[in-house]
Amino acid sequence: MARAMETGNHAAGYALAVAGEANRDARGCACGAYPITPQSEIIEFLRGFDFTKGRVIPVESEHSAMAVCIGASLAGARAFTASSANGLAYMVENIFAAGFYRLPIVLIAVNRTLGPPWNIWVDQGDSLMLRDAALLQFYAESHQDLVDTILVAFRVGEDQRVLLPALVALDGFVTSHTQMVVDLPERELVDRYLPHCNIPHRLRGEHPATIGGLTWPRETEHHRVEIQEAMERVPQVLAEALDEFEHVFGRRPHGALSAEHTDDADTVLMACNTMVRTLRNVVTARRDKGERIGMINSKMFRPFPRQELLAAVSNAKRIGVLDRNHSPGSGGIFWQEVAATLQSRPDVIVQDYLVGLGGGDVTPEVIDEIIDDLNAREKAGEPVWKEVAA
Amino acid sequence: MSTVASPEELYCHNVLRPGNTNCAGCGMSIGLRWLDEALDGEKPTMVIPACCGIVTAGAFPTTAYGVPTAASTFASAAAVASGVSAVYALNGEPDVVVCWTGDGGTYDIGVATLSAAAERNDDILYICYDNEIYGNTGGQRSSATPELAVTSTTTKGKSERKKDMMAIMAGHRIPYAATLSVAHREDFLRKIRTARKTSGFRFLLTLSPCPTGWKSDPEESVDLIRHAVRSGLFPLYEIFDGIRYRLNERPDGTPVEEYVTRQRRYTKVPTDAAPLKSYIEDQWRYLDAMAKAFPMEGA
Repeated sequence: MARAMETGNHAAGYALAVAGEANRDARGCACGAYPITPQSEIIEFLRGFDFTKGRVIPVESEHSAMAVCIGASLAGARAFTASSANGLAYMVENIFAAGFYRLPIVLIAVNRTLGPPWNIWVDQGDSLMLRDAALLQFYAESHQDLVDTILVAFRVGEDQRVLLPALVALDGFVTSHTQMVVDLPERELVDRYLPHCNIPHRLRGEHPATIGGLTWPRETEHHRVEIQEAMERVPQVLAEALDEFEHVFGRRPHGALSAEHTDDADTVLMACNTMVRTLRNVVTARRDKGERIGMINSKMFRPFPRQELLAAVSNAKRIGVLDRNHSPGSGGIFWQEVAATLQSRPDVIVQDYLVGLGGGDVTPEVIDEIIDDLNAREKAGEPVWKEVAA
Repeated sequence: MSTVASPEELYCHNVLRPGNTNCAGCGMSIGLRWLDEALDGEKPTMVIPACCGIVTAGAFPTTAYGVPTAASTFASAAAVASGVSAVYALNGEPDVVVCWTGDGGTYDIGVATLSAAAERNDDILYICYDNEIYGNTGGQRSSATPELAVTSTTTKGKSERKKDMMAIMAGHRIPYAATLSVAHREDFLRKIRTARKTSGFRFLLTLSPCPTGWKSDPEESVDLIRHAVRSGLFPLYEIFDGIRYRLNERPDGTPVEEYVTRQRRYTKVPTDAAPLKSYIEDQWRYLDAMAKAFPMEGA
């Protein structure tokens, strides 16, 4: 391992590049590249990388960035790109297409607030907008988690039991533009970890097929059921991918959902991305004072790890969900998932806190206030807007 | 005992197989067959966005295309083809990547991504079958619809002139751009072969008769295009490197009325067809000036 001080964006660029290189003895790799703050350093890194067998194609829009990935993947290459906020919104049609084509493209989402009004800071509303795409979604809590998760995303998405695109999200600026010490996996190890990318339905001269044409309702239902079944195989494939990661790299990234101190906890807080790290400090301090409190790092949003969540909160009395996103007319998007999962547990209070939207700084004090509010509750209420200091 | 090849053996690797769903008299059917013929046995990879061309394939699991074909989203044909073409090149595969698109996907929704692929000079053979209408969605106007043509969204006749897509593509300085007529077979085949021998981005535009949208008789489709060329309405020409012009055929005095009166989409055109004549005149003044200033050597 090469230990280095890297920004989140460069760490992500490195992970994509070595993953692309690992397919050099197969059909190579390709990327459609288009800039947007705070993602731009990723595609700059990729454009500057000297690929043995790869192309980074500068396009005119995010819509085409994903279209290039679709074409490259249909031709059998490993494909990846990155975007943020309105760039992801502009890309949406082709993200859905990538999932429906069953192409394991990896998409990095540097989370940023959707505009207008324009705001470049972190908010998970952009990637969560992709909730209903046939797309795996991972949320990385740190630079190291980001690098590791990108490699895991390729391995899981490209697994023949899955064959779906995968999104890996990181916090804009908080992760993308800060530096941390990261173990950048050596290429030889990545070569060992990632099998050659195999797109079984790729375009082939000797085996002509029409991909993405017309289907009737019956075939469309079959297609959707197959995607759901692929999603349902992800937990098993992910577990194997993490075992293999540990075997190759000597460390084990978080799984779909990691529960910390939940066994004896009455109160459980849930968050993703860098909010997890602040939350961990608060939870640790409160446990030191004897509170029965735990936390969940909800790293995977699609497929949503319902079974893991139910197991993690089996002893909980109340759950507070920290949502750095907002679905107008409803509430936080993670909260909706948690509430739906806990239908069978009417005894548990599930309370939503909309916090840190538009990049507000979610400090330990803010989280302490949320925990105090949650602990005082007899029942759950409407989602709570938790303002943070400017 | 003599053996006779089955239809499957004869046609299964055609670009366009028999038994497809195209309307009678559709120019696209002729274009796809001639594309196949001009490639002299080489089998292209097709990228087709939302348009009649992908409906042509029929419903899964059947397909009318006997070559590898990707159906792209509407605005994505050129970018998807860029990805395919790049990976073929990385793997040393010589297969030609053909975008087969309607005018909606070329002149309108796909124009940005087409422009980007042309600017990069990606190795793509881009063919627009221009029926001057959103045929697949029931016949709405596009920016390729000619002036005064009645469509479902220009019920009084379109008030704007047709967009000059060839001039736009020439502005990208791509190695080869040409207009093709389904009434001029040898010229059509020659231009496909020229495009195939050229590397980089190649743009071919064919005026594609659409009896359904043009309200014309299917059996007159080819004849209509012949009149469009002879009257000067649809000039046949080539542009090399975006700057050297070769005009292939001049107007021969055929009155444009013979083209117009056989299509009920032109009911709003006055009997003297003056607006179309003025369009033809302007178009030829421009082309003649360009061909004089920037002639293709040996033209």
